[in-house]
Amino acid sequence: MPAHERLTAAIVAANDNNRPALVPFITAGYPEPGEFINTLRAIAEVGDVIEIGIPFSDPMADGMTIQRSSYIALQDGVSLEWIFGELEMASVFGTPLVMMSYLNPLLAFGYQRLAERARATGVCAFIVPDLPFEECAELRAALENEGLGLIQLVTPATPRDRLEMLCEASRGFVYAVTVTGVTGGNSGLPDDLADYLDGVSAVSDLPVCAGFGIREAADVVNVGAHASGAIVGSALVEVLEEGRNPKAFLQHLGGK
Amino acid sequence: MKLQMGADEARSLLDAQLRGELPDERGRFGPFGGRYVPETLVPAFERLEDGVRQFLHDPDFQEQFQRELREWVGRPTALTFAPQLSERWGTEVWLKREDLAHTGAHKINNAIGQALLAKRLGARRVIAETGAGQHGVASAAACARVGLPCSVYMGAVDIERQAPNVDRMHRLGAEVVAVETGDKTLRAAIDEALRMWVTDPSGIYYLLGSAVGAHPYPYLVRELQSVIGAEARQQMIEQAGALPDAAFACVGGGSNAIGLFYPLLGDDIELIGVEAGGTGDGLGENAATLATGTPGVLQGSYTVILQDEDGQVQETHSISAGLDYSGVGPEHAFLQAAGRVKYISATDDEALEALEELCEAEGILTALETSHAFAAAREWSRENPGKRVLIGNSGRGDKDMPTLTKYPARIRTYAGA
Repeated sequence: MPAHERLTAAIVAANDNNRPALVPFITAGYPEPGEFINTLRAIAEVGDVIEIGIPFSDPMADGMTIQRSSYIALQDGVSLEWIFGELEMASVFGTPLVMMSYLNPLLAFGYQRLAERARATGVCAFIVPDLPFEECAELRAALENEGLGLIQLVTPATPRDRLEMLCEASRGFVYAVTVTGVTGGNSGLPDDLADYLDGVSAVSDLPVCAGFGIREAADVVNVGAHASGAIVGSALVEVLEEGRNPKAFLQHLGGK
Repeated sequence: MKLQMGADEARSLLDAQLRGELPDERGRFGPFGGRYVPETLVPAFERLEDGVRQFLHDPDFQEQFQRELREWVGRPTALTFAPQLSERWGTEVWLKREDLAHTGAHKINNAIGQALLAKRLGARRVIAETGAGQHGVASAAACARVGLPCSVYMGAVDIERQAPNVDRMHRLGAEVVAVETGDKTLRAAIDEALRMWVTDPSGIYYLLGSAVGAHPYPYLVRELQSVIGAEARQQMIEQAGALPDAAFACVGGGSNAIGLFYPLLGDDIELIGVEAGGTGDGLGENAATLATGTPGVLQGSYTVILQDEDGQVQETHSISAGLDYSGVGPEHAFLQAAGRVKYISATDDEALEALEELCEAEGILTALETSHAFAAAREWSRENPGKRVLIGNSGRGDKDMPTLTKYPARIRTYAGA
């Protein structure tokens, strides 16, 4: 089974247990590089899929929390090479991994090598927030050669015909951005969220996971009624920043 | 690793460029350019591209744009012969005087053009980024002129070194938003403006100030700035009686350089772009992107950038805020790879020295950015005596007084005759 299908299966399995899949996001190596694998292990006990953020110098789709965590991780020497090294030493995780990275670090690493190292370390798919569909053919082909997926993002601003194209092209799941804005917003989820997510789910054959602005247990319930999974990023990074227990936080949000 | 381009490929792409076919429909100049933006902005970029196609060369829009350039910006700007510099350097030196344009730099050509476009596209408000503050001032003025609210994103470091321009923006009715993230200079300001744009992609018009970023910006900015080179070419023929042997322009993002060079590409003129050599050759000591950078994606475009081996974009240093940028417009990356334009650098000290010389010799206080072009032209003149040189005098230096006062003038005025 290609790795991206394993990812889909993990989300479907959560839904079969009558709950939305919980997808925690952490910035790799934050706040302490030495704690990276321990943190992954802890959140793997509650998350259905784990999204690992690759720090980048110019995180233009991210709000203050992830900007800050990326900056500190970079100061601490975190790189794609280091992350793969850590994942190799920890051996393959049972929980499917997804990597979120801006394009330039992937370009610098080399697509072929990236796909091979990712497959060997249990990564099932990539999310690349500054790579629109029109520019993605080369990376997508390199990933699919190794059975990995390139997850497409859709947003409330995405027109209907484009939505169909992106859902068709996505692998693993479809990432539905809940707000027009950057990650980590505090203004709450939009009122028309249900209609939007129902609209995406109706078009997509793959599970739809919603992300951006999901901070509380009520948000997960709210999103879970209209999508297959909830992605929790900035709120979890803030928990790590404050030295609180990430596993307890995710359990409170309704993790497995 | 530098991107290698074969001689045949370079020739065929340069021919396409002379026919006006670059960028291609995917926004590419050969391998460079494209559109790497978050999904939320894709529809906004498509609307902008449609708007550019519909309006930019529409006679009605052009009539309005040309009228504003003539009656509000004060175009055509002068072409000035520089007799003292010519005497000193041993070449015939001509200056294209963008410093005489309204608000004091070439930036206004692009700002008023895009502000008119924003109006036609029905934008509710305009955002812009600025480094030296020149584009911020130009945007504030242009938005006041067309009646749109304007917010300018500016790095905290630049706010400090370009204080006079911050005050000007406020007086022109713009909001100035201090950017405290990232490198706190131009690159961080662009990142922050993009983040704001994402919150309201249909109501906000992003007035990008240089020939950088995702398609169609590099094309749009080039088209609006090409008035510089088109006028200069005509003026050289009328005033000097011939085209120059070489033309120089400073390059940060590269909007004044592409504006000067683009109409001269088909002529037998050596074109030289001058980047900021800062204080040295080391990573982080300069902003000489084309000299020392490698291909990568920054802020929407595949171009040449200053980055480490992990693809992390590096911070830069230049005495001039306007050149202090880790990337460069994709068309310049192409013109370098194709061998049509040569890109070199001048250091902080060379720029300061050139600024003083121009002040003393011709009575023109030029911008620190522009001074880099003068430094390189002087060097070139030493090896090419008797030739004719055109320099893009892209902006005036009044805004640089806070920086310049830290460097006491080496040339003293006489205390009476």
